[in-house]
Amino acid sequence: MMDAPLSPAALVAAENDKAVSRRSRFLTLPALAIVFVFGVLPLVLICIYSFLKPYQNGGVLWQFSTDAYLNFLFQRDIFDDTLQFAPDFLIIYGRSIWYALFTTVVCLLLGFPTAYFMATRPPEQRNWWVLLITIPFWSNLLVRTVAIMFIIRDEGLINDALIYFHIIDKPIVMLYTDFAIILGLLYSFLPFMILPLYSSLEKMDFRLVEAGYDLYASRWQVLKRIIIPLAKPGIVAGSLLVFIPALGAYVPPLILGGGRHLMIGDLIAQQFGSGRNWPLGSAQALILMAAVLVALYFYSRNEAGPVKHG
Amino acid sequence: MADLSKTLDLKRQAGFGTIAIICLIILYAPILVLMLFSFNSGSQITKFEGLGLSWYATAFQNQEFYSATKNTLIISFTATIFSTIAAVLAAIGTTRVKPWPGMSWAFMIINLPLMVPEIITAVATLSFFALIAGAFGLNFGIGNIIIAHTVFCIPFAYMPIKARLEDMDLTLENAASDLYATPWQAFKRITLPLLMPGIASGTALAFIVSFDDFTITQLVAGPGQTTLPLFIWNQIRRPMTPEINAISTILLMVSILFISVSFIISKSRKS
Repeated sequence: MMDAPLSPAALVAAENDKAVSRRSRFLTLPALAIVFVFGVLPLVLICIYSFLKPYQNGGVLWQFSTDAYLNFLFQRDIFDDTLQFAPDFLIIYGRSIWYALFTTVVCLLLGFPTAYFMATRPPEQRNWWVLLITIPFWSNLLVRTVAIMFIIRDEGLINDALIYFHIIDKPIVMLYTDFAIILGLLYSFLPFMILPLYSSLEKMDFRLVEAGYDLYASRWQVLKRIIIPLAKPGIVAGSLLVFIPALGAYVPPLILGGGRHLMIGDLIAQQFGSGRNWPLGSAQALILMAAVLVALYFYSRNEAGPVKHG
Repeated sequence: MADLSKTLDLKRQAGFGTIAIICLIILYAPILVLMLFSFNSGSQITKFEGLGLSWYATAFQNQEFYSATKNTLIISFTATIFSTIAAVLAAIGTTRVKPWPGMSWAFMIINLPLMVPEIITAVATLSFFALIAGAFGLNFGIGNIIIAHTVFCIPFAYMPIKARLEDMDLTLENAASDLYATPWQAFKRITLPLLMPGIASGTALAFIVSFDDFTITQLVAGPGQTTLPLFIWNQIRRPMTPEINAISTILLMVSILFISVSFIISKSRKS
């Protein structure tokens, strides 16, 4: 761009910049290499696997085939070799999406008031609330799910208490039902909703709320027209942080669904385990990944868009 | 003061406090019940017969529990050390420097394990190690689990270190180089000590993420490579005894300890 010769000082500075840039790249290399080789390449590998044939004892036969994707929707008739529509997998995907959406909505309904309540506490109390929500966020998910199982079993705490007080005489079956899985998802991912909502509500300018009241708005109007629109980035972030892991959830349906109400996560694991159909499992994993990418795309579009004020 | 109380009142929305309490009950009731029953002296898993530590004693005498603990600690410590070192270097290479070509790609790759659902990472890693074992006859044993954990621990260690670096003041390092410190001296004497809280916080998170992992470990682990979460999974498929509550309580306590440490460190840096 510039034709004029650079001054010696500028040359030194440019040389220095280059050295810093080289050093920066060099420092980032170990992390990049580890994640690339053991994180990215395996994903590429399952893309390849999804176009191969299954080997009978697990693993793959290196022959090109689109069976994995066909099997996702169709089943080959063993007698006349025609393809017949078999919606079994589609039903599992539909169910997972429904569970994940339902969980997200309930998390939002519970999480928004909670985050708002936290954000309006005095500062020293807020830290304690954040710690209380952060602890379950990082605690062992398997153990927490097992804890739910103890409570909702036929001879668990809830049924025992209800029978003890003669409200019911036979235990209500809760474990291994849709209810159990959704409860498990809700309980697993509720902190994922509360924390981003809290961080957007905490930064909110409450003078706007005051202005709303000065203009004779009711509490509900203030909530609907001022607080919720301002918290929208938190609502979107929280909803995605619940929806995405809930869609691919593995542990809650495994333990609370008892193998009867499969979700996508269990279905994929099954193909790599007892199903011994790695290409089918790979294809199913990629279809899940595509759903996640669609959700992330909507998020990034939302992020980039102009902030609308209610 | 009258003004302040009026503002606080304006912020109030009816019923929100009740919902917050309900959320806390949903999140904590199951854990607290589980912990309470671990101190049950009776053999029934649901009937409380008195306080006692007998199930902790049973757990500590269990050979399987002992070997699962050993495996878990070997895996978590190794994965934490590798991932924290990689994360510190990467954070220095990507923070407070002029954007270098490919830096946004580097961000994406480092954070990739956070975006991909864990079950996909698990089956992909399983396929990858199976291929390596099949094609080259390479099997790292427990090393496979360590590698898999290191990959997804990196972003968890990276985030708090990067956040700390962004908050740090450049003046001190500039002063050091004005006083003829070499870049290495400035790093060792100024940057590293200031960065320590971020590193500690990142280490704690990496450790807890590895220590608690179930999904990836379950798919990648070979026979005899049982970790504590896998041990619990094996236990709940058998007739259960309160021993499982005792072991679960120990695991929860480890999580709570590390999270609290990480939380306190990150809060103290802000004040």
